[in-house]
Amino acid sequence: MAKANMTPTKQPMPEQDPMVRRNNLKEVALGYTEEMAVEEATRCIGCKNKPCVEGCPVLVDIPAFIELVKERKFKEAYLTIVATNSLPAVCGRVCPQETQCEAKCVRGAKGEPVAIGRLERFCADWYMSNIEEEFEKPVSNGHKVAVIGAGPAGLTCAGDLAKLGYQVTMFEAFHLAGGVLMYGIPEFRLPKAIVQKEIKGLIQLGVEIKTNMVAGKVATIDELFEQGYEAIFLGTGAGLPMFMNIPGENYNGVFSANEYLTRVNLMKCYADGFDTPIFKAKKVAVVGGGNVAMDAARCAQRMGADEVYIVYRRSEVELPARVEEVHHAKEEGIIFKLLCNPVKVNADEKGWVKSMDCIEMELGEPDASGRRRPIPKPGSDFTIDVDAVIMALGTNPNPLLRSVTPALQTNKWGCIVADEKTGLTSIEGVYAGGDAVTGAATVILAMGAGKDAAAAMDKYIQSKAK
Amino acid sequence: MYRIVKKQVLNPQVVLMEIEAPAVAAKCQPGQFTVLRVNEQGERIPLTVADFDREKGTVTIIFQIVGKTTMLLADQEEGGFITDFVGPLGRASELEGLKKVAVIGGGLGCAIAYPQAKALHEMGAEVDVVAGFRDKDLIILQDEMKAACTNYYLMTDDGSAGEHGFVTNKLESLLKAGNQYDVVIAIGPMIMMKFVCAVTKPFNQKTIVSMNTIMVDGTGMCGCCRLTVGGETKFACVDGPDFDGHLVDFEEAMRRSKMYLDQEKAAIEEYKKSHECNLMKGVK
Ligand SMILES: Cc1cc2nc3c(=O)[nH]c(=O)nc-3n(C[C@H](O)[C@H](O)[C@H](O)COP(=O)(O)OP(=O)(O)OC[C@H]3O[C@@H](n4cnc5c(N)ncnc54)[C@H](O)[C@@H]3O)c2cc1C
Ligand SMILES: Cc1cc2nc3c(=O)[nH]c(=O)nc-3n(C[C@H](O)[C@H](O)[C@H](O)COP(=O)(O)OP(=O)(O)OC[C@H]3O[C@@H](n4cnc5c(N)ncnc54)[C@H](O)[C@@H]3O)c2cc1C
Ligand code: SF4
Ligand code: SF4
Ligand code: FES
Repeated sequence: MAKANMTPTKQPMPEQDPMVRRNNLKEVALGYTEEMAVEEATRCIGCKNKPCVEGCPVLVDIPAFIELVKERKFKEAYLTIVATNSLPAVCGRVCPQETQCEAKCVRGAKGEPVAIGRLERFCADWYMSNIEEEFEKPVSNGHKVAVIGAGPAGLTCAGDLAKLGYQVTMFEAFHLAGGVLMYGIPEFRLPKAIVQKEIKGLIQLGVEIKTNMVAGKVATIDELFEQGYEAIFLGTGAGLPMFMNIPGENYNGVFSANEYLTRVNLMKCYADGFDTPIFKAKKVAVVGGGNVAMDAARCAQRMGADEVYIVYRRSEVELPARVEEVHHAKEEGIIFKLLCNPVKVNADEKGWVKSMDCIEMELGEPDASGRRRPIPKPGSDFTIDVDAVIMALGTNPNPLLRSVTPALQTNKWGCIVADEKTGLTSIEGVYAGGDAVTGAATVILAMGAGKDAAAAMDKYIQSKAK
Repeated sequence: MYRIVKKQVLNPQVVLMEIEAPAVAAKCQPGQFTVLRVNEQGERIPLTVADFDREKGTVTIIFQIVGKTTMLLADQEEGGFITDFVGPLGRASELEGLKKVAVIGGGLGCAIAYPQAKALHEMGAEVDVVAGFRDKDLIILQDEMKAACTNYYLMTDDGSAGEHGFVTNKLESLLKAGNQYDVVIAIGPMIMMKFVCAVTKPFNQKTIVSMNTIMVDGTGMCGCCRLTVGGETKFACVDGPDFDGHLVDFEEAMRRSKMYLDQEKAAIEEYKKSHECNLMKGVK
């Protein structure tokens, strides 16, 4: 093996200049060139015990694919990744690598870990632009299955089952498949063309995607079984937005992040010729500290706001967002008001938001989640002038389907109760995975759950067929 | 794609369309609605299921031309297609066991109320319909409504047809005359529903209203349709659209429906400039 490159830092990622990109929706991180990728790959020392792989929820064989990148065998590298991860172009971009694969990389002990995510993205992008892939429709095995919800969990489950010969029908409530990848995560972080390309692959595999179909409304679980589907996967996500229940939350100018991001991403309110309106705000407060909050804040800036605040009740280290997103947001001029919590939204006499009252917080003892509990500091109230407030406080599973499916067991947060290994729910033949089971989590975990459920559904149908 | 099987202009501002959507037609109930997009770049707008034919697999919508999207929809021809049509959304109206009902329809609200009046009438309930319009040229569904009720009262703001006055005048006199209803169902502009509630309140008369808030998804994921009912936040698309009118915060709901007013006005102007909308001729 060639001598490892002991540079302590990652090969830098080419990026759009922050002052330019804050005014456009094009992708922020531009991706490695072949040379950069090979150079970064030489930082991997090919550990025998593969600690990095343990950090990846779908066990991508990281040293193996990086070795192939070193050898410039980009196609083979890509094929190594997709052996366990069907959406590498997405995961390379949005996985929280710093808490997953890269957290375990030995190079991280001294300096930065190997840029596993960037290399994964490079392989996927290289493959997409150099190889014209056509999937063959697999030979049918004569069995019909239904997948509800076309987010990462559902898409992965559908793809795996289609490859095994199942006739898969997907039901998606929105007019486009993709779930959060389409309506939540913005174009500048995950170009929609990439998501659509993955979906095209599924269609080539013979998956039928029925959009505009709200399961529970057009058909219940029982009715789907009556229609001849032998097993059903629920990948309905966690789409119900939470509000704070503070005074003034219904004033004009207060939005859920879901609404705001849907108007921007799915409905393309910014693009010429598209009809969906967006609220034009000058000063925006986004409440929350996760990826959703970062996305909403950066979208608000791109929609023309002059000042955008992130208001978060804990401190910087507790921010649940990906480190890269926080970094990018800061570069773009988003103002972080940390250790600070809203208490009231104020409006003018006509009911339009004009300011938000906040209180400073300090961190006390760790709470049930293991994070230090934020406590308000008495008398520290202050007001920020804003004309819009976006609530990015998290989401819960949508109660729509479970309200018409009494046999479907859920926990007190409305999450579907499902077996950890197989995704089996309380109803025979019905499996579930992704945010619908875990509550808001990550793309890669949703995909992992879709994959496990596909294997279990196959086993179930085959054992019944015997 | 969803085919427009039939198109009928009911008055210069109101159009009826029958849309081929078998999945929706198979399941919809009175009180439920659909969300549609006319084309790939279109906005998602909610419209009530005005009627349906399970055998033909069609759903009828009746809409008023108020802005860009409804103009664009009105410009589509019979035999043409619209891109998206989702439904049935929202809760069905609770009509079970009702014996005597007053249905109050304001303008286009008559179209939204029609399936409920019809279902009640078919169930054998006594149905008083009070239909109100600005003037005689705007009257819609008169024959249909008459066939779906016990008593039909027509009101016009200017007295050009039926009785001179508002629906609230007629409702008040019916209540004063001693009529007691299991429920009054009021559907129309928010301001009308608010006044109907003001009339029924002193009589302790249970009143149900249909809240036409702004919506995006119609499935409970965006929260833009939220309103305050009895001090609690509700989502009109999943908890409604029907609510107890005496508990609804109408001031807030009316204010929230103006959220995008400036942009809507601009969109209308732009659309009018670029399209010769036949239906809009002669309309202010
Ligand atoms: C703004 C935002 C940014 C994020 N950023 C990141 C990130 O950087 N990295 C990361 O790993 N994760 C991120 N996440 C989280 C990640 O996107 C989710 O964990 C993941 O998408 C969950 O996948 P899923 O398939 O379970 O559900 P979803 O992606 O939510 O998909 C569910 C689908 O089911 C459909 N559906 C729901 N109910 C029905 C029904 N009754 N009938 C038919 N269809 C239905 C929905 O319309 C939707 O399309 C982010 C989330 C958001 C909102
Ligand atoms: C559950 C429900 C059922 C409805 N049923 C019918 C119906 O059967 N027939 C009918 O004509 N109308 C109905 N509406 C109202 C209809 O959705 C709006 O008229 C339509 O969205 C206007 O779109 P536009 O682009 O033409 O007008 P815009 O230019 O968008 O707006 C013009 C006016 O319509 C209001 N409006 C705008 N967007 C919406 C929206 N998404 N929802 C509600 N109001 C809005 C605005 O406040 C404004 O006053 C219903 C609304 C709801 C919520
Ligand atoms: S899928 Fe995500 S966690 Fe796994 S190797 Fe790729 S970037 Fe890392
Ligand atoms: S831990 Fe780091 S250096 Fe070791 S194999 Fe994995 S990526 Fe390479
Ligand atoms: S329309 Fe989005 S939650 Fe009701």
